[in-house]
Amino acid sequence: MKPKRSSNRLSRRTTHRLAADAGLLAVAAAFVLPLAWVVLSSFDPKADLKVRVPSSLTLDNYDKVLTPEITFTPLLNSLLLCGGGTLLTVVCAALAAYPLSRYKSRLNRPFMLTILFATSLPITAIMVPVYALFVQVDLIDTMQGTIFFFAASQLPFAIWLMKNFMDGVPKELEEAAWTDGASSFQSLLRIVLPLMGPGVAVVTVFSFVMMWGNFFVPFMLLLTPEQMPASVSINDFFGNKGTVVYGQLAAFSIIYSTPVILLYVLVSRRLGGGFALGGAVKG
Amino acid sequence: MTTAPHTHRAHRTRRALLRALPVSPATILLLLFLAGPIGYCAYIAFTDLQLTGQAESSFVGFANFREAFGDERFLNAVWLTLVFTVLSSLIGQNTLGLALASFMQRASKPVRTFTGAIVVTAWVLPEVVAGFLLYAFFRREGTLNAVLDFLHLPSQNWMFTLPILAVSFANVWRGTAFSMLVYSAALNEIPKEITEAAEMDGASGWRRMWHITLPMIRRSIGTNLMLNTLQTLSVFGLIWVMTRGGPGNRSQTLPLFMYEQAFQKSMIGYGTAVALLLLLVGSLFSLVYMRLLRTEV
Repeated sequence: MKPKRSSNRLSRRTTHRLAADAGLLAVAAAFVLPLAWVVLSSFDPKADLKVRVPSSLTLDNYDKVLTPEITFTPLLNSLLLCGGGTLLTVVCAALAAYPLSRYKSRLNRPFMLTILFATSLPITAIMVPVYALFVQVDLIDTMQGTIFFFAASQLPFAIWLMKNFMDGVPKELEEAAWTDGASSFQSLLRIVLPLMGPGVAVVTVFSFVMMWGNFFVPFMLLLTPEQMPASVSINDFFGNKGTVVYGQLAAFSIIYSTPVILLYVLVSRRLGGGFALGGAVKG
Repeated sequence: MTTAPHTHRAHRTRRALLRALPVSPATILLLLFLAGPIGYCAYIAFTDLQLTGQAESSFVGFANFREAFGDERFLNAVWLTLVFTVLSSLIGQNTLGLALASFMQRASKPVRTFTGAIVVTAWVLPEVVAGFLLYAFFRREGTLNAVLDFLHLPSQNWMFTLPILAVSFANVWRGTAFSMLVYSAALNEIPKEITEAAEMDGASGWRRMWHITLPMIRRSIGTNLMLNTLQTLSVFGLIWVMTRGGPGNRSQTLPLFMYEQAFQKSMIGYGTAVALLLLLVGSLFSLVYMRLLRTEV
């Protein structure tokens, strides 16, 4: 009796697994088509809008877009904007999270609640007043203005994450340093931040990825073509140049997307696929 | 004698200030670049500020809002935002994310890893790139019609006939990974014994889902719905790249309408009034989200 029952159950498990596999593969097939288009087209000398295996492979598309004007300047601009914005975000968030995590104060709770509220505000909505404000204070079309706004828009979430990660570092380790005469700033820098390395990495990568892909903010705040990051300059492929060379558009899309995908893979590997955004989405 | 408590208090104030000091760079940035613009938004929404011509602006009270609610194109944008949010976020991302997460509980490891990687890649891609990929997918000469032709199904010009459906699908493609990750985490926290016991009692898959799994992850569902909705409310780049809000204004959601009024028609005051309404709706969702989360801060 017994072996038979267990083999019955085993086969039911197998059927369930096969059904689940089939379901997942069906969704994956639908999801993969647009991705396959961009990869295949980038090597296709005669790429159009349909996904298909190229009759001959070429690196011509990459060759054509790898020029200072099309690729290097926009990517450098992206790097400056997002690197600057991320640096500002992470430094400010780490500093702010320290007293919030370490000291008791009546202001902590209202501050954290305001931060949590700001985390989910639709930032898109305030871009029009931000533009009007930037015109008045002469920050429009400046890299620093855009960097400041990037940092401010990412800060609520960064502080929230950073504080949660910091709460995970036991206070006892710092107390030893304090008795040795270290200041709070020294213990933050030498003890707390190194111990929460993965947490800092998550905040950094997340901020960077969000800024790298953001289109609306630089689209509104920057005007000079030479200052445009890749997220906006990619529009030039559709510009007034007449017909779109889809192979080159695809090649550029791949070059532009690769850094964030690599960063994501790096961080999610390190945290065991757990890029689960900390306490932010834990119901 | 009287100075002792005084210096003690002064000392405590000084210490409190010193401790608050590290928070100040973040606070200044947030006040100047986030709270400031929001406050400014609340002010210029009540003026007739324009981009060109007129140097001065004057206070017009609720005129911008009255105009909005009498403006057919505004109401059209509200309706399309509603359709876009319900279709792509509440139904699409949420349901598909949950389905993927629960399939992943049972699927074999290679399939699970492969599907997860594909779905997450769509999520990590920059917004504009995602827009182009879906543009290529839905265009008349694009991939979707090629597949439909191959299956001998009728093809059509999706971006023209059903633009709001096309951008909604694009948003599902791009945003489902988030729900998938949230639900995978939630499902992994359900103790195995509970589902196994129900399985032994002969409860079918659907019944288990409805009576056991869903009630157990209801808080994750709540927070996920809130975050998806907020995210979807502010989508701009994806729709801009695919349709520019068109054809006509048949995929023009509120953020695109706001942009058109403020910049293409130079009516900053009116555009900002629309932005303020969007911000208010977002704030409401944000407050509900905070209540759902109810974390000890």
